[in-house]
Amino acid sequence: MQLTNRSKIVSNKKMTFVERLYFPAIFKGMMITLSHFFAKKATIDYPKEKREFSEIYRGQHVLKRDDQGRERCTACGLCALACPAEAITMVAEERLPSEEHLYREEKYAKTYEINMLRCIFCGLCEEACPKEAIFLTKRIVDAEYSRDKFIYGKDKLVEPLELDLRIDISKRQIPEVLEFKKDKTQRHNK
Amino acid sequence: MNIDYLIFKIVLIASIFGLSLLVAMYATLMERKVAAFFQDRYGPNRAGKWGLLQPLADGIKLFFKEEFVPSSADKLLYILGPSLSMFVALLTSAVIPWGTPVVIGGKQYALQVADVNVGILYIFAVVSIGVYGIMIGGWASNNKYALLGAIRASSQMISYELALGISIVTLVMTAQSLSILEIVEQQKGMHWNAFYQPLGFIIFTICAFAETNRAPFDLPECETELIGGYHTEYSSMKLGFYLFAEYINMFISGTLISALFLGGYDFPFINDMGFSQNTLAAVHFLVFFCKISFVVFVFMWIRWTLPRFRYDQLMRLGWKKLIPIACINLVITGVVVLLTQ
Repeated sequence: MQLTNRSKIVSNKKMTFVERLYFPAIFKGMMITLSHFFAKKATIDYPKEKREFSEIYRGQHVLKRDDQGRERCTACGLCALACPAEAITMVAEERLPSEEHLYREEKYAKTYEINMLRCIFCGLCEEACPKEAIFLTKRIVDAEYSRDKFIYGKDKLVEPLELDLRIDISKRQIPEVLEFKKDKTQRHNK
Repeated sequence: MNIDYLIFKIVLIASIFGLSLLVAMYATLMERKVAAFFQDRYGPNRAGKWGLLQPLADGIKLFFKEEFVPSSADKLLYILGPSLSMFVALLTSAVIPWGTPVVIGGKQYALQVADVNVGILYIFAVVSIGVYGIMIGGWASNNKYALLGAIRASSQMISYELALGISIVTLVMTAQSLSILEIVEQQKGMHWNAFYQPLGFIIFTICAFAETNRAPFDLPECETELIGGYHTEYSSMKLGFYLFAEYINMFISGTLISALFLGGYDFPFINDMGFSQNTLAAVHFLVFFCKISFVVFVFMWIRWTLPRFRYDQLMRLGWKKLIPIACINLVITGVVVLLTQ
């Protein structure tokens, strides 16, 4: 049975004298390698040059603030529950009346840690989040010399307060996602 | 013997010694760069501009590695192996004519450490000792892979030195001299031996690949089968010596091929340009160096093009192909020389 049209018939014919000399074949091979010598390189000079990323690339996470600069995360733990790699841990704390300008909901995450070595960047945390607090961005997690540096706390995850330093995630917030998140018949959107 | 003559020779020896080491250092970088370019990569480019400090970084790294001696190794021979390799590799450059004589203070000085009238014989004697470094090192390591590598190296050397020798005998027959300087001088004006002895040139080049243990004949050290072969047990600067010796050998082979077959420092029209003698010597040296670099590049080019030979293929090529062809070439050349005289 023929599965593909790529099969080739094996030929065991005797090599001619010229073929047995190998020099034409070697010369041909050398020309092939030489053409690669001048070819465009497949690798890039990484830190100086960066490859173009997809706008919806799933890289390092960000914890969003709302337009008044308050943290959106309410430490519900759904992201940690959704995480297949169990990379997310958090400690919840109740908001004091004096902290209303810092946190949007009456509960907030006192600590929020993602272990970037465990994370598989699947984006399920983002899907699970009912408060639009966590998003994956097209930033790359930096290389570090020790493992404990890869546990990112709130200092690295929460986006800066200044409006112009905020991280743009509009490309990941496609209308379907927004629509889906408004759908109150879904249990986790309630 | 004058004192200024002596001083000139010492300076020449020191500069050739330094040059060999420098060339070997940068040959490692060149190899990595060439390999990278053939594989559509950039190669080392972190240390310095275009990675120019990479050999230095490699050298420093090798110096700081642990000096490891296996407990069951023969201590003396274990140290002798790499030392001998390095020593022999540095010896060969003594009889190479690097350019036409220079004039300093009205006196002529030849750009050659020693114009031995049996220069070719000297080189062969020295190169043959080179395999001892590998054999001793491989045997003294008391490791089966190292021993296999050493055995392969010695049998490979023996098989290829025959064909190499015969191709050189052919060359000597036409040149009527064993002095390398004279052979180079005879090739002046584009009478390169490669045009008169194409077969001998090809045989010599193939054997040079085998003699320097370069791919596709790198069976003594083939990583996939013998995890490094004769230098499996070596670390630190002893390993560095082996690798250095290999690159110096490659440089010397390039020098020999250029001197014996590619006209040495000869270049078309170079003698008609009206240079003064010292400028001419400098230009000659530069031309010679370019030729050597090109041959070394071809060495690398071949390495990254051809896969390694199987051991039986290696032996068959050496004994059943190269030696008979070299003999036929010898006979034909003999007849032609006899008829034209």
